[in-house]
Amino acid sequence: MTEPLLKVRGLKIGATVYPPGEKPHDIEIVHGVDFDVAPGKVLGLIGESGAGKSTIGLATMAYGRGGVKLTGGSVEVNGRDVLQSGTRDVRRLRGAEVTYVSQSAAASFNPAKQIMEQVIEAAVGQGKFSRSDAEKRAVELFTKLGLPDPQNIGNRYPHQVSGGQLQRCMTALALCPEPDLVVFDEPTTALDVTTQIDVLKAIKDAIRDTGVAALYITHDLAVVAQVSDHIMVLRHGNMVEYGTTDQIINAPQQEYTQALVSVRSITHEEKQPTEPVLRVQGITARYKGTKFDVLHDVNVEISPGQTLAVVGESGSGKSTLARVITGLLPPRDGTITFAGRKLSPDQPSRAREDLRELQMIYQMADVAMNPRQTVGTIIGRPLEFYFGLRGAEKQQRIQELLDEIELGTGFQDRYPAELSGGQKQRVCIARALAAKPKLIICDEVTSALDPLVADGILKLLLELQKIEDVAYLFITHDLATVKAIADSIAVMYQGKVQRYGTKSEVLTPPFDDYTDLLLSSVPEMKLGWLEEVIAHRKMESAGN
Amino acid sequence: MADRHAVLSCGPLPGSDMHPILTLILQRLALGLLLLLAASALIFGLTEILPGDAAQAILGQSATPESLANLREEMGLNRPALTRYAEWLGGVVTLDMGNALTNKLPIADQIASRMSNTLFLAFWAAIISVPLAILLGLIAVRFQNRWPDKVISGVTLASISLPEFMIAYILIFFFAVKIMTLNIFGWTPTPFPSFANIYPGMGLGEKLFAIALPVAVLTLVVLAHMMRMTRAAILNVMQSAYIETAELKGLTTFAVIYRHAFPNAIAPIVNVVMINLAYLVVGVVVVELVFAYPGMGQYLVDAVVKRDVPVVLACGVIFAAVYIILNIVADVVSILANPRLRHPK
Amino acid sequence: MLKNIPLSAMIGLIVTGTYFLAAIFAGVIAPYGMAETVGDVWEPSSFEFWLGTDQIGRDLLTRMIYGGQTTIFIATAATILSFTTGAVLGFVAAVNGGWIDQVMSRLVDLFMSIPSLILALVILSSIEATVVTLIVIMGLLDSTRVYRLARAVAVDISVMDYVEAARLRGEKLAWIIFREILPNALSPLVAEMGLRFIFMVLFISTLSFLGIGVQPPLADWGGIVKENKEGINFGIGAALYPAVAIATLAISVNLVADWILNRTTSLKGGRG
Repeated sequence: MTEPLLKVRGLKIGATVYPPGEKPHDIEIVHGVDFDVAPGKVLGLIGESGAGKSTIGLATMAYGRGGVKLTGGSVEVNGRDVLQSGTRDVRRLRGAEVTYVSQSAAASFNPAKQIMEQVIEAAVGQGKFSRSDAEKRAVELFTKLGLPDPQNIGNRYPHQVSGGQLQRCMTALALCPEPDLVVFDEPTTALDVTTQIDVLKAIKDAIRDTGVAALYITHDLAVVAQVSDHIMVLRHGNMVEYGTTDQIINAPQQEYTQALVSVRSITHEEKQPTEPVLRVQGITARYKGTKFDVLHDVNVEISPGQTLAVVGESGSGKSTLARVITGLLPPRDGTITFAGRKLSPDQPSRAREDLRELQMIYQMADVAMNPRQTVGTIIGRPLEFYFGLRGAEKQQRIQELLDEIELGTGFQDRYPAELSGGQKQRVCIARALAAKPKLIICDEVTSALDPLVADGILKLLLELQKIEDVAYLFITHDLATVKAIADSIAVMYQGKVQRYGTKSEVLTPPFDDYTDLLLSSVPEMKLGWLEEVIAHRKMESAGN
Repeated sequence: MADRHAVLSCGPLPGSDMHPILTLILQRLALGLLLLLAASALIFGLTEILPGDAAQAILGQSATPESLANLREEMGLNRPALTRYAEWLGGVVTLDMGNALTNKLPIADQIASRMSNTLFLAFWAAIISVPLAILLGLIAVRFQNRWPDKVISGVTLASISLPEFMIAYILIFFFAVKIMTLNIFGWTPTPFPSFANIYPGMGLGEKLFAIALPVAVLTLVVLAHMMRMTRAAILNVMQSAYIETAELKGLTTFAVIYRHAFPNAIAPIVNVVMINLAYLVVGVVVVELVFAYPGMGQYLVDAVVKRDVPVVLACGVIFAAVYIILNIVADVVSILANPRLRHPK
Repeated sequence: MLKNIPLSAMIGLIVTGTYFLAAIFAGVIAPYGMAETVGDVWEPSSFEFWLGTDQIGRDLLTRMIYGGQTTIFIATAATILSFTTGAVLGFVAAVNGGWIDQVMSRLVDLFMSIPSLILALVILSSIEATVVTLIVIMGLLDSTRVYRLARAVAVDISVMDYVEAARLRGEKLAWIIFREILPNALSPLVAEMGLRFIFMVLFISTLSFLGIGVQPPLADWGGIVKENKEGINFGIGAALYPAVAIATLAISVNLVADWILNRTTSLKGGRG
């Protein structure tokens, strides 16, 4: 076996935290991690937020973000321990031997400089290439990464190219100095699903063609399975499991890894449509002061106790549809019928009963709850407001709701800031349930959560649907979620409903081109999936 | 979430063939002109709405109603306010601001010489304080949360907490008075003058010595604000993700700052400088009075005490104009420095 | 809650408290009468006159205590006026939006385009400076700044999802302002109040120093500097005592304001 390119032993990383009202103190966030990367190989680092994966990635460049300190162990690159290196040696390592691709290329490019200038800067500055050679190499990389007009795109400024293109430029920036190792830190997470797949493919090909080794950091096991040779699963700064990609995906040993692999394997039996509780007819809408419609002639229905999933990428109009239904954005045309009554187009003039029976859950649970109110107040307010419940009666009902969302006792007096992300979203669910609604609009309710936590929320929502017989309008960009919970599906694209019907109808071929693109872009936890998909595509992704 | 906000960003005006940045700057300048006009109206209006007018001021409280009415007639105060405003504004624009009530001399002549004195003082204060503030701001950022930063913040906090005239007297107390009692190996330093009197015919060196203390006070006053704001502006840039990218390219600290932080920090720093130069305009009023410096500020305060409304109006509108123009310059610079506006899609 | 006060805020609270107590009980603790000539001109400090005497032989400590009373009273009253006007109008503008917001905001822009000292000078050239007119002028001029802050804070909060959730529930405007927005806007507003108070102290002192603020025989800190400024040239530091008083008061209020602002991000009921 060849000598590893990167050899990490007992890596410990600490950080200074500044909790308000307390003295600053040091905590350890990575507790001794070992791994190797052989030349030309790709190691996937996977874990949920707080697992320490980005921190470990940056440590290979002897870099600690913010107050992060590399406190122990060794990180050897090409046989030299970078943690023991002086400033000059570290500088020679960064941008020459090891380079970095961040999650948000939009923020990582200097807005005041042209792209080419930034792509070749490290290569020229480290003396690896002359300026003209570096530019030639950059153009080659732009071509390889599938960027449009590769000869001239370097003359543009970062804000003049799209997000997906900029992420490819960032990859070119990292590959330009011919490094030995590239650290990819969630490079496709911020992109739309159909764009992600193209960028992923471009990155994978570039890695293969340049023979560079890589650390690929992500929270999405299905994504990392497509690009890496080995995978290391991290949790709370500890290694959980390490193995070949094949072994981790197909035969995970640890319980935590098994849970990650089987995530989104919820089975939900599709129900047949009945007399609808909500009927959206011919809705056309635009925002005040703009000149184009964001929704065109939208028609959908939701049956009582069932789930309609509205899927689409950013800009498709799916959140706007929610605003129209809640009355926050009165439509230019069309009607909404709810529980047999025609709803007034603007929210302030709706009857209290209509408001009560139509509830909403938001994407960001932490800004959906008033930080100055306790959980008891947050859940209790709708009880008071709609049903006039007071005192012990109200307390009892609050406790019932807390039990329903599986939080139990002791949560009534807590503030939102004292809850975890999943717990916050559960409280929001309880607040919606407290109104005894017929329909809940769920706007991307799981997209800000880690996969396992999101899974728990979806299971809870399905469970509650059975008990309370409530219908959901589920807005999401995540098709895995849709497959898990929907009874019927509406695919939205550029403000129109592209495809609509029961789950089995929508998901059964033949597809229109966009639905095909969207469905095929959802990463599957299967080796070789990426190549299969790319081979079968009929349409360019929307984000390019 | 994203699609809710996407539509709100508005581009340049549709239908214009000009470079959008030019359109924006022209818009800003037009707005600035409008603001100047409104500000002059406000200043004029404030002296109108309130009880008492020029005639009352000349004749005093004991004046008989008849003599008041006569004088009003004579001074044209009986005509509608709008007419008088238009006349006054026309005068200001053509540099004819009428005569002072107290000494009947043309205000424009008085202001001309005082204005140049005030600008002389402000100029030297700016020349010293701007580079110093930026340098100290950079040092504070470089040693963020370490002792140089803390010392600088502490000193600036103290000087922000003191009114200008207090700083002036503290400096006078030590550098114009106590300094005389010093005896360094038989040498007693010359005290700085506590009255900054300058007159035509003085050499530049003499003038500079005369205004040493007022310039020092103004520098201290502006420095504190400017330094704090510069520090914040640079810190903001240094925390951007693209600075991390630059650091991860293995660039030297100097290259990171010079090539990546500096181009993005220009606009906020220019903004800070302009806002503080505008602040200087106000500081000048008090400092001139302390040092009996023959400038605009002293002229204004004198006029207020003597209720010489035409002079107050003229000085007030000039101070306001300088303040507003500096703010417009700051806005235009930030528009010019914004790469998104300079290189539209 | 008191247990968690950091040392700096504690010092700030104690010093601020002392100044306010001295102002309230000025008549009780001042050793002599306010306008009483008790000694020679500019006597040095002694057991009899702790801070010495002023330019016409009044006890300087007495003058400082009464001066503090005037300064702190005017600054406090003007701050309260500025806050009630600014915050109420700012909230109304933020919650209502539309033309009310437009008109008020443009008017405030106009007032803020001119330095407030210049505006105050223009106004004071036409009307008599009394304690009441000074409070009104300073309070109203400064309310423009409070308006901007209150409006900005309220606008920030009113686009939060929890406010939208309350609207969707059908809550009335009063509930939204007092139960959803106000509790979250309080900390930044209270901290700003401290800063505005300092600004008022500096403002009234400057006006009095220029001779157009508090009029004799009333004493205030700016006025004491004006009265004793000639002494500086003879090396007499009587005019510097108000400097010390203003600086210590300002710094200690600043420390308290800083602490209140930082507390906002604390765990329980924090905004972050």
